[in-house]
Amino acid sequence: MMPENAQPDPTDEKVKRLGISLEDYLLPTHGRIQMISESGELLPVDEQGSTPGHEYPMPTTQELLDGYRQLVIGRRVNDQNYALVRQGRMAVYPSSHGQEASEVAAALCLEPRDWLFPTYRDTVAVIARGVDPMEVMTNFRGNWHQGYNPHENNTSVQSTPLTTQLLHAVGMAHAARLRGEEMVVLGMVGDGGTSEGDFHEALNFASVFKLPVIFFVQNNKYAISVPLSRQTAAPSLAHKAVGYGMAGELVDGNDLAALLAVLGRAVKLCREGRGPFLVEADTYRMQSHTNADDATRYREGEEVDEWTKRDPLTRMRTYLKHEGALTEELESEYTSDAETVAASLRDAMGQDAELNPLDLFDHVYTVQTPQLAEQRAQLAEELSRDAHTEHQG
Amino acid sequence: MSKDKSTLSFAAALNAALTDEMSSDDMVVVFGEDVGTLGGVFRITEGLSQQFGEDRCFDTPLAESGIAGTAIGMGLGGVRPVIEMQFDAFAYPAFQQIISHMAKMRNRTKGSAPLPITVRIPYGGGIGGVEHHCDSSESYYAHTPGLKVYTPASVEDAYLMLRAAIRLDDPVIFMEPKKLYWTKAEVSLEELRQEFDTRWAQVETQREHGEPYARAGVARPGEDVTLVSYGPSVVTCLAAAEAAAKEGHSVEVVDLRSINPLDEATITASVAKTGRAVVVAEPQGFTSVASEIVARIQQRCFHSLAAPVLRVTGFDIPYPPPMLEKYHLPNVDRILDAIDDLQWDDTPVDFATATGGH
Ligand SMILES: Cc1ncc(C[n+]2csc(CCOP(=O)(O)OP(=O)(O)O)c2C)c(N)n1
Ligand SMILES: [Mg+2]
Repeated sequence: MMPENAQPDPTDEKVKRLGISLEDYLLPTHGRIQMISESGELLPVDEQGSTPGHEYPMPTTQELLDGYRQLVIGRRVNDQNYALVRQGRMAVYPSSHGQEASEVAAALCLEPRDWLFPTYRDTVAVIARGVDPMEVMTNFRGNWHQGYNPHENNTSVQSTPLTTQLLHAVGMAHAARLRGEEMVVLGMVGDGGTSEGDFHEALNFASVFKLPVIFFVQNNKYAISVPLSRQTAAPSLAHKAVGYGMAGELVDGNDLAALLAVLGRAVKLCREGRGPFLVEADTYRMQSHTNADDATRYREGEEVDEWTKRDPLTRMRTYLKHEGALTEELESEYTSDAETVAASLRDAMGQDAELNPLDLFDHVYTVQTPQLAEQRAQLAEELSRDAHTEHQG
Repeated sequence: MSKDKSTLSFAAALNAALTDEMSSDDMVVVFGEDVGTLGGVFRITEGLSQQFGEDRCFDTPLAESGIAGTAIGMGLGGVRPVIEMQFDAFAYPAFQQIISHMAKMRNRTKGSAPLPITVRIPYGGGIGGVEHHCDSSESYYAHTPGLKVYTPASVEDAYLMLRAAIRLDDPVIFMEPKKLYWTKAEVSLEELRQEFDTRWAQVETQREHGEPYARAGVARPGEDVTLVSYGPSVVTCLAAAEAAAKEGHSVEVVDLRSINPLDEATITASVAKTGRAVVVAEPQGFTSVASEIVARIQQRCFHSLAAPVLRVTGFDIPYPPPMLEKYHLPNVDRILDAIDDLQWDDTPVDFATATGGH
């Protein structure tokens, strides 16, 4: 029974106007949303996968250019970090090479007042949010756990315990409502992460409380070695939304235009009170899980070759060049922007990290416990003794 | 099969134990994340799904609570599950299943529904791992009645103890020190197999229920001081004992092997002999396994002690990032410092025989 003072559900109203069933609205469109073909051509509207209730306007050329610039930087960051790990300058790096369009779109669809909840894979999204790349790399370098203040760019820490971050995203949206602030929250997760119990809990909370949260699943087909077929028997991950009374959409995760369109609309609807949303990006993890992994143990090279043809950068570049939007000057400007970031990463990682072992005792509590103070003093004494012995020797 | 010794790594010994138990009992089933085709991120399950088929060793959906919870159902259903948690900190989603059900099922059902489950957990630091990959979570499990907690520190024990853990009808949290995976020893696997069979026959005849595997061992004999340790810290203690010998202290190293059940007899025999003890363990010391051992030594060996029992543990902080972990982990210097602090000016007095009036 509806409580007497209940507001009409804006989604129901909208669905009624469209003349489609609620199921058709909540379920992803047949197929998936794609705007730019793999060879870089704009698809005719009737081939973009849209159906009533699933219609998406093409982003503007300027939006695509801005996005493409971030793609170039993101790719450069991925490949630079990969090299730095091989050179032993960083401990580990989970690269999003091949997933940059999804990474960039996740950040660009949001405004500064919105929040992003990323995973370890999402360094490029975090940088696209405006976080200093050098600070982002702290964790992967190994001199501290997380290197940036989440409140500075409304970008939470990169989460490694899988899927936990989605509940944090829901809580952030709930807090904003309690404080009377308008914001959209986007939580990122992988295909493997959708199997964790937290995934169910996050989607259910968001839906029950009707919170403006976008759950953005990057389906890159693998969870380390385990293929998607071991994670779900559903027709798609986007289909999972309907069980929560939430709309889900499947989008080509290597098509920047389609991603910006689908996520852009999800943000808009969330702002109108019609969230939450689930968006699944169909993409591929081109490299090993991290440098510690060897993907040839569990997948065929041909599969990787197939996905090389769908590269998000090549596709967007072909399209924008063909449109005449991406001039030689702009291209070299973007390349040099990316090179600047890469060079500063190389420089920063080339220098010895500034380390103070006594920092270990800071920030465990607001006020250090007596036990910690004692342990800190013990380490300080050891360090000064060592320094003294070194000096003598 | 030959009894010639060959080089076996800690990881390969675990793999051999799994292979042998799967061969000896069709109901032993291995599952978890990446344990199938990949053979586990540490390759402990390498080749098992190829050798025994996908039904016997398989990848699950990515969900630790699901893995532990279905293992409980399987255990009730007559299967003997061996599950892998990929890393220490990634076992936490399974905590409720382990604590509320796995540990208690026997007790709740007055013994009618035991759960013969082995939960393998790579744990501890010293491998340069980033956050959430280096926790020492043994105290949580050791604090939970109903769980056995095993942690081998040598290649031989890795083999023998894992086989025993799988055969036991109690749930065993089998903690594998990550930093030991790549250590090697010259062993004859064939001799180890025979040793296992002989000892297991004892278990069955003497109804000791696995106690031979849960007995602590003296990893190095000595006279002046006892280092009590387990898992990843045993090697550190052995190195410290070597260094202490050069400084004139004869150090005995006790390797617990099993945290629960705890073999107090071996510990007290050693401390009664040496009169001094330091407990060494990797995790934060606050309310830890090390605290428990200190308390028991203090209580049982009070009259033999020449000095308070000391501890060398990690600090009470979140596990440090890779570049700082060396400042946190117990090391030889800290153990030597602790040994130096054991009041060497006094000699242990046998209070039991001392007359009053001093
Ligand atoms: C709770 C938890 N379990 C296990 C792991 C170990 N682990 C790290 S990444 C990963 C695979 C994740 O796959 P997916 O969600 O598809 O993300 P991707 O790595 O492909 O981006 C696993 C099993 C973890 N980090 N957290
Ligand atoms: Mg994945």
